[in-house]
Amino acid sequence: MTANRLAESLLALSQQEELADLPKDYLLSESEDEGDNDGERKHQKLLEAISSLDGKNRRKLAERSEASLKVSEFNVSSEGSGEKLVLADLLEPVKTSSSLATVKKQLSRVKSKKTVELPLNKEEIERIHREVAFNKTAQVLSKWDPVVLKNRQAEQLVFPLEKEEPAIAPIEHVLSGWKARTPLEQEIFNLLHKNKQPVTDPLLTPVEKASLRAMSLEEAKMRRAELQRARALQSYYEAKARREKKIKSKKYHKVVKKGKAKKALKEFEQLRKVNPAAALEELEKIEKARMMERMSLKHQNSGKWAKSKAIMAKYDLEARQAMQEQLSKNKELTQKLQVASESEEEEGGTEDVEELLVPDVVNEVQMNADGPNPWMLRSCTSDTKEAATQEDPEQLPELAAHEVSASGAEERPVAEEEILLREFEERQSLRKRSELNQDAEPASSQETKDSSSQEVLSELRALSQKLKEKHQSRKQKASSEGTIPQVQREEPAPEEEEPLLLQRPERVQTLEELEELGKEECFQNKELPRPVLEEQQSERTPNNRPDAPKEKKKKEQMIDLQNLLTTQSPSVKSLAVPTIEELEDEEERNHRQMIKEAFAGDDVIRDFLKEKREAVEASKPKDVDLTLPGWGEWGGVGLKPSAKKRRRFLIKAPEGPPRKDKNLPNVIISEKRNIHAAAHQVQVLPYPFTHHRQFERTIQTPIGSTWNTQRAFQKLTTPKVVTKPGHIIKPIKAEDVGYQSSSRSDLPVIQRNPKRITTRHNKEEKL
Amino acid sequence: METAPKPGKDVPPKKDKLQTKRKKPRRYWEEETVPTTAGASPGPPRNKKNRELRPQRPKNAHILKKSRISKKPQVPKKPREWKNPESQSGLSGAQDPFPGPAPVPVEVGQKFCRIDKSRKLPHSKAKTRSRLEVAEAEEEETSIKAARSELLLAEEPGFLEGEDGEDTAKICQADIVEAVDIASAAKHFDLNLRQFGPYRLNYSRTGRHLAFGGRRGHVAALDWVTKKLMCEINVMEAVRDIRFLHSEALLAVAQNRWLHIYDNQGIELHCIRRCDRVTRLEFLPFHFLLATASETGFLTYLDVSVGKIVAALNARAGRLDVMSQNPYNAVIHLGHSNGTVSLWSPAMKEPLAKILCHRGGVRAVAVDSTGTYMATSGLDHQLKIFDLRGTYQPLSTRTLPHGAGHLAFSQRGLLVAGMGDVVNIWAGQGKASPPSLEQPYLTHRLSGPVHGLQFCPFEDVLGVGHTGGITSMLVPGASEPNFDGLESNPYRSRKQRQEWEVKALLEKVPAELICLDPRALAEVDVISLEQGKKEQIERLGYDPQAKAPFQPKPKQKGRSSTASLVKRKRKVMDEEHRDKVRQSLQQQHHKEAKAKPTGARPSALDRFVR
Repeated sequence: MTANRLAESLLALSQQEELADLPKDYLLSESEDEGDNDGERKHQKLLEAISSLDGKNRRKLAERSEASLKVSEFNVSSEGSGEKLVLADLLEPVKTSSSLATVKKQLSRVKSKKTVELPLNKEEIERIHREVAFNKTAQVLSKWDPVVLKNRQAEQLVFPLEKEEPAIAPIEHVLSGWKARTPLEQEIFNLLHKNKQPVTDPLLTPVEKASLRAMSLEEAKMRRAELQRARALQSYYEAKARREKKIKSKKYHKVVKKGKAKKALKEFEQLRKVNPAAALEELEKIEKARMMERMSLKHQNSGKWAKSKAIMAKYDLEARQAMQEQLSKNKELTQKLQVASESEEEEGGTEDVEELLVPDVVNEVQMNADGPNPWMLRSCTSDTKEAATQEDPEQLPELAAHEVSASGAEERPVAEEEILLREFEERQSLRKRSELNQDAEPASSQETKDSSSQEVLSELRALSQKLKEKHQSRKQKASSEGTIPQVQREEPAPEEEEPLLLQRPERVQTLEELEELGKEECFQNKELPRPVLEEQQSERTPNNRPDAPKEKKKKEQMIDLQNLLTTQSPSVKSLAVPTIEELEDEEERNHRQMIKEAFAGDDVIRDFLKEKREAVEASKPKDVDLTLPGWGEWGGVGLKPSAKKRRRFLIKAPEGPPRKDKNLPNVIISEKRNIHAAAHQVQVLPYPFTHHRQFERTIQTPIGSTWNTQRAFQKLTTPKVVTKPGHIIKPIKAEDVGYQSSSRSDLPVIQRNPKRITTRHNKEEKL
Repeated sequence: METAPKPGKDVPPKKDKLQTKRKKPRRYWEEETVPTTAGASPGPPRNKKNRELRPQRPKNAHILKKSRISKKPQVPKKPREWKNPESQSGLSGAQDPFPGPAPVPVEVGQKFCRIDKSRKLPHSKAKTRSRLEVAEAEEEETSIKAARSELLLAEEPGFLEGEDGEDTAKICQADIVEAVDIASAAKHFDLNLRQFGPYRLNYSRTGRHLAFGGRRGHVAALDWVTKKLMCEINVMEAVRDIRFLHSEALLAVAQNRWLHIYDNQGIELHCIRRCDRVTRLEFLPFHFLLATASETGFLTYLDVSVGKIVAALNARAGRLDVMSQNPYNAVIHLGHSNGTVSLWSPAMKEPLAKILCHRGGVRAVAVDSTGTYMATSGLDHQLKIFDLRGTYQPLSTRTLPHGAGHLAFSQRGLLVAGMGDVVNIWAGQGKASPPSLEQPYLTHRLSGPVHGLQFCPFEDVLGVGHTGGITSMLVPGASEPNFDGLESNPYRSRKQRQEWEVKALLEKVPAELICLDPRALAEVDVISLEQGKKEQIERLGYDPQAKAPFQPKPKQKGRSSTASLVKRKRKVMDEEHRDKVRQSLQQQHHKEAKAKPTGARPSALDRFVR
């Protein structure tokens, strides 16, 4: 501030000086030009410097940039040469006078006012107005959209819109206003009043109601206290959990984790003692965890973090430890439980654990057997076989030893220990021999131990046998595939017919089964000679041999028809045989003979087939032949246009849809359209439908009273719009649909009929 | 208001009250008004018919063992539906133990559903979908309502059941007559009319009236239940067939020369000379058409409401004397001497379908009331039952010792065949199953060879016309127990009949609508729809419903250069093209796969096969 003030004072001083100097300067312009030049410049500079101290009122002192020889009084180096002339400056006298300040201010004010912009032309203004108005009205009207939509979708509209709510008074109210008049009624009411039977709600007297409503104070208090306690406990627990969760100490967490693990182990031990089944479940869980671990890459040191650590591990001990920790964790998780139990066994562990484990192994093998991978399967079975064979020599002495041990188990525990040791060694050697099949191995090695394991072995053997059998059966099937067709040709109803039974029960596995199936079907056929069945079967046969020529096919069709008509149908067992027949048996026979003779030449079937062929031909779309005989070649009697030309000018008609009776040899169905009926059908799809099937679905239900109940009929035929005769239909108002007409009338509307609005809300709630 | 208590809550005082409420309190006025309640029993005992075959406490134990005619509960009872839901908060305060409308068994409701939901619809827009949903909801609602009203079908069909292992066919009419009540026993009767030769007969649609005409010109009509004769005349000419028109007041008689129409007093109203030498008559009640088959080989449709011949079709198969109608779709079935049965509609000049049924000529044809099965018998002594639902294949075949000359189906699907002087009746398992021809349900021997057969509608009665006259025999379970009172009411008065006549005439179905699928009217005429579309495209010069060609969207930052736009367009086009090619390839594959043999693999030895 001080600097500013100083600068100002200096400025003022310099100005005065300048003004004072000016005449002098002009006077000695030429003579002292050279001498004073330096001093002048210096002075100027000083002035500049001083004026620059004040940023606001700086007056630019122009400097003559070019040297001019002539310095006239007109060529004054004026201050503020770059500026515009300000009006106020003209007013400025030499000495500042306060009287002119107001005028100056006014002038400045006049100047500060900007010029008024040109008004927009009329069209533009109107356009803007319209736009604004449109937006406003659109917004206002948009509240009607749901109403309009609702009315459009409504099944029925009833006009005039405002309707009085039908006053449904509850029957009790009606009753209360009702007076007993006749003696009978009076008597009834007397009876009711005598017993204090309430009229409105007869089930409960007021006393009963009150007693029901009341709840004893103590009870209520107790209940409240209980609730409070529960709430408090819950909040405590939550707070504690939150606190624990926030603890950042690694060590703490480690300890907690360890503690948890220990606890779990303890519990497991206990559980095993108390409830082996539950323990087994636990074990399964662990097993599952192991599986998961094996599947995942979580602790395999392959993650981002692990990689970064691996780089560091060379130099950083901690990082190395962390990595190892992770690996160890992986190992721990992937470690098979069995191994642990094995060691337990070796130490003479409990047998029940072993039994628990054995089924696992068996399961695994089974899983393999069921699995889709044949390679795995084979190797597995072969492994087991190998193991078995390898064991065989060892098994014998072992078994003997086992027997020995069984005979004198109590007497010689030492020997038992020896046996155990030997077993261990054997196992190790076995492991060396077959390292690949680790899964099957332990099982097979264990098997020799006791009877239960022997059972397992037998099971395994059975399994492998089964597998073998399956292989064999498959092979058999493969080989029998060649034979099946032959069988088909021989048998009347072989496998091909199976689809006729609609459900194919199972795939035929072996030849025996197949034969059985065929037998069954034959049996069925015998039971129920069904022409349809036979016919379809014979229809099927041509499909089987497509290489047969078409003529043959046709023949077959004919044969088929014949079959259809000449099937030996069982004669009816009739209790009452027509008398004529009995009386004139011979005559009847003659008659039959006559009929046979009469129809012998009458080939009904051939005629029918011919007719059908003609019908098919007639219904086929015709090709258009555009060849002009004699055009571009010789023409005349006996000359035909060349085949090439005919081919070229023949327009083939598009193949129509397949005939309905294509697969029905005994039927001719006319493909002609019933144009008279078509005139009654709908020919144009109405608006929202894009496909005829959609529309058909909406008109499939009949609406006549012949097909519907009276109520349904009335509902289906309700008019879309119902008007009351003699009533004016006024345009819809906001109040009618529950809106307030405008912001101003908001309150009055609500106040006027709050009841209506509430009732509407209620209705909505109900809906 | 206090809500009514739930029955589950245990509120001891209330329970007590409820129970006391349940007990019927004795009213003080009860002693006085006992006679009035007795007098207020509702109406006269209506619907007595078909009750006749209810089990009766038999006086004769022997007959009971032989034929137990009893009823089975058909519809699961929906109890307490009458308890209206308003009672929930009524005066008594008692709560409805079964709130809401009664549940409807799904299968019953399914019966009334018309929309075939198995057919897939093409993808539809939201608006269309909403319309479809509305239609489906409507259908469901109406079907449920219809299923509810099934409760009103109170009557159940009668049936005949033998004791275990006993053949019902051995039960003779006398046994049945003895077992049933008097009213229904009266429905078994014989008319001995030996003079005027073999008789044809026809029951009116309500089942109340019977008309019969003998070969020697004897024509009579009677209310057969009361045995009141309406008219009896002799037309002095051979009568080939006789048929009631839409009501019992009009009677068409096919005489030797021409077709005549009489009223119920025997006054001749018309002689239609354009229908000459008619052999068989059929009346289509909903179209008011009288179909006549003549010796000259013409099938003529006569509209009896306006008296015009609608169509005269030449069957080109010689003399026509086997005819029956399909009650489901009003198609006429004609049997021919070349073993075929042809199906006719007045709108088409040629048969709708032709089925080769027998090796010899066809002797009789009958179609069941659901239009599913057709029974034919031919000169080859075979009786066949065909499936009419598109396949026209025989379902079962039997050889009869003498062949059946006449066939008829009952309303509930029993099949009767007249063979010589014996009548055999076969029954199916359920209502919608074909009659199984293995075991006859009933047999009866008549005094002469059969000439006409018809089951009486709404009565368990079979009318047989033969040389000896007319026999009306009892066949338990033959016909529909419940009739539609507005449609064909056996008990209608004259006034009701007149009103029904007007209504039926207003609802007359145009003759040209007869086709194999009676629901064709609910389908869109696709051919003309497509034709119209094509014409529109031609008219406009473009397809208004075609998909708009792909127009790439303008993009910012200089990526909307012409080259890139073209590139994008090209990409889309190529994609579409690829799709097309893929589809066509797939189709080809399908075709090839179809054409490919599924048989055995070719072996090296095939080359030696001749």
